[in-house]
Amino acid sequence: MAVSNHGSAGNLPSDWSGQPADARPLAIEARGLVKSFDGTRAVDGVDISVPEGAIYGILGPNGAGKTTTLRMLLGIIDPDEGVRRVFGHDRPHDIGRLIGYLPEERGLYPSMKCIEAIAFMGALRGLPLKEGRERAVELLERHGLGHAATRQIRQLSKGMAQTVQLLGTLVHRPRLVVLDEPFSGLDAINQGKLEVMIRALAEDGVTVIFSTHVIHHAERLCEGVAIIAGGKVPYAGSVEAARDRIPAQVRLETRAREGAWLSALPPEARRNGDFFQFPLPESGIEPLLKRLIEGEAGILSLSIERAGLHDAFVAIAGEAAARQLEADAQGARA
Amino acid sequence: MTDLPLRPRLSALEAAWVIARRDFVAVLFSRAFLFFLLGPLFPVIVGGLAGSIGGEVQRDAVSVEVGLAMSPADNAKMVAAGEQLAPQLGGALPLLRAVPEAADEPAFDARGFMEARRGNYAAILTGSLRSPTLVGTEGQVARWQGPIGLIAGHATAAEPAAFPQVSAELVATSAASEKSSRVQTAQIAQMLLFLLTMLLAGMVLSNLVEEKANKIIEILAAAIPMDAVFMGKLFAMLAVSFVGIAVWGLAAGGLWALGGDAITQATGFNPANLPAPAVGWPLFIALGVIYFAMAYLLLGALFLTIGSMASSVREVQTLSMPVTMLQLMVFFLAAYTIKQPGSALELAAIAFPLSSPFAMLARAAMEPELWTHAVALAWQAAAVVALVKGGSLLFRKRVMKSGGAGREKSKKGARLSA
Repeated sequence: MAVSNHGSAGNLPSDWSGQPADARPLAIEARGLVKSFDGTRAVDGVDISVPEGAIYGILGPNGAGKTTTLRMLLGIIDPDEGVRRVFGHDRPHDIGRLIGYLPEERGLYPSMKCIEAIAFMGALRGLPLKEGRERAVELLERHGLGHAATRQIRQLSKGMAQTVQLLGTLVHRPRLVVLDEPFSGLDAINQGKLEVMIRALAEDGVTVIFSTHVIHHAERLCEGVAIIAGGKVPYAGSVEAARDRIPAQVRLETRAREGAWLSALPPEARRNGDFFQFPLPESGIEPLLKRLIEGEAGILSLSIERAGLHDAFVAIAGEAAARQLEADAQGARA
Repeated sequence: MTDLPLRPRLSALEAAWVIARRDFVAVLFSRAFLFFLLGPLFPVIVGGLAGSIGGEVQRDAVSVEVGLAMSPADNAKMVAAGEQLAPQLGGALPLLRAVPEAADEPAFDARGFMEARRGNYAAILTGSLRSPTLVGTEGQVARWQGPIGLIAGHATAAEPAAFPQVSAELVATSAASEKSSRVQTAQIAQMLLFLLTMLLAGMVLSNLVEEKANKIIEILAAAIPMDAVFMGKLFAMLAVSFVGIAVWGLAAGGLWALGGDAITQATGFNPANLPAPAVGWPLFIALGVIYFAMAYLLLGALFLTIGSMASSVREVQTLSMPVTMLQLMVFFLAAYTIKQPGSALELAAIAFPLSSPFAMLARAAMEPELWTHAVALAWQAAAVVALVKGGSLLFRKRVMKSGGAGREKSKKGARLSA
């Protein structure tokens, strides 16, 4: 069942680490969202709270319910149960000018010129065409596509077309940007550029929500994540809090291969080549260190590593979901 | 970076306008529109050729010539009598021509000649003027027995019959002729409306197919309400269709100005001779335009609803077939009820939204009342709105079930959920 970590509008999630409880109002608040298709629950009781100005990731394997959740948040489809509020509004279309959306299935009119395509997407959000064209030129130039302003979409490379669509998502200067799998289909350089762009948006106070099945993007960018698997959200909160859910990992290298000191290691310890790996004991590292020294283990190196988001994902969503996530990410790279 | 807009969203009308403007410009300046404009040329050319060839074949195949195989004197008297009666009876008489094979053959076997499929006669007349025998198939004999008897009687009369001069007093119209004439106007108007609707509604479908192929529908659905998307698309296509009709109208007008007489002579059809509709020509044309718009919007809304629910271009095309068949059926229904004004069937055709514009246009040709049109138009407009609302509701309920991986992904989701 989903973790209820939301507050009422204007409050923050309780585990939003390091933030005062009422510092930022919520850009998005969803409670108990349920959506079924043909008798199958695609989304099953999702709770999400995203403060304004945050970069928030919805992390899960393909088919977990990410896109359906985003579509419900945006009002493209209505939930069967539950409520959603975007900037306090129940009907997201009522504040269409404040939102920018990049769907997973990229779509542009192939015969449109770049400048017109961007201006059209702005016009859909209420930006006058003339102003949209002016901003389109400015955006295209800023992102190194000034030379393509009057080219038709069909004449662009896939990466360029994706950038044009992203610029169309931003041309009306929204306060909330929702990106569905924005990194898929981009090469490493363009993924890096997109990360920079997302950070820049957040610095300007824009709330960014994106779905992804690549943990590293979420880990690098997000202050909050919702982990979604099988239509449920077993975790929603800060990335830090997710990582803190599992203990830090100890990595130990010794000169001695055998000895009495081995009994000092916790039962979860696993040998991995020359190393031992195990969770940091609750009693801390000092008692263990003492016994290893007394047992003449011959410590060559010892490090304590904080758990990554991947470890947190495995612990929260389970091995199966993690394996599928990994497979999806590999598939996307291929 | 962020602007604080004066109004947080577009009104439904503004949203529809954004869609309509894009679609109108995109369609109008596309190559497809050029082909679309040329579209009616092909059926006209094919129809003209087929009609011309068919006419030739018919002329060759259907003979109204009756062969004469009597004595040369009787043959000559028959021909002369036929010529005398022609001004009175005209087309009711057959062409009479002596059979050359029978000229020097007293024992000419007309039956054998016909059965051997020689010559191109509807029947052959043998015997004498006092006792003529018509040899031919049952149908041809039944058809020509009377006229041949009349000619033979005239040929044997001691004195040719005197035909009194019938003087003429013309009236502009009569109830019977007016009704039958207006039926013709109603039929032509209905046919024109049907052809235009079918031709142009196909364009809505291609537009939606394009949208499906471009995968842009989700961007539209996220930005503005789906009924505004539908309305925008419908009115854009309607505007495009008016441009198309204007171009065709101008082309037809120009063609008529250049060679109207030749066309009339070739086709036997002169629009100037069409009987005036009951509501008068100006109002009839205005109603025709409005009913075209309604028929187009109704069919277009149906196509859009079906098209938006389909998950692939192929599905769009498959699903449109039943709608096309339905449209054919409602056209036949409306056409059938032209001659049954006030009947339950006509009322049903008026009440059913898809056939209503056709039935009402026929009514405009036949009946002078105008209030019925106001009621029908309000009803049709309500049906358009209901179809658009229903379509967008279905879209929101049934479409967008999964993300990029489509239905496959949906199944995966089901597995995960299980």
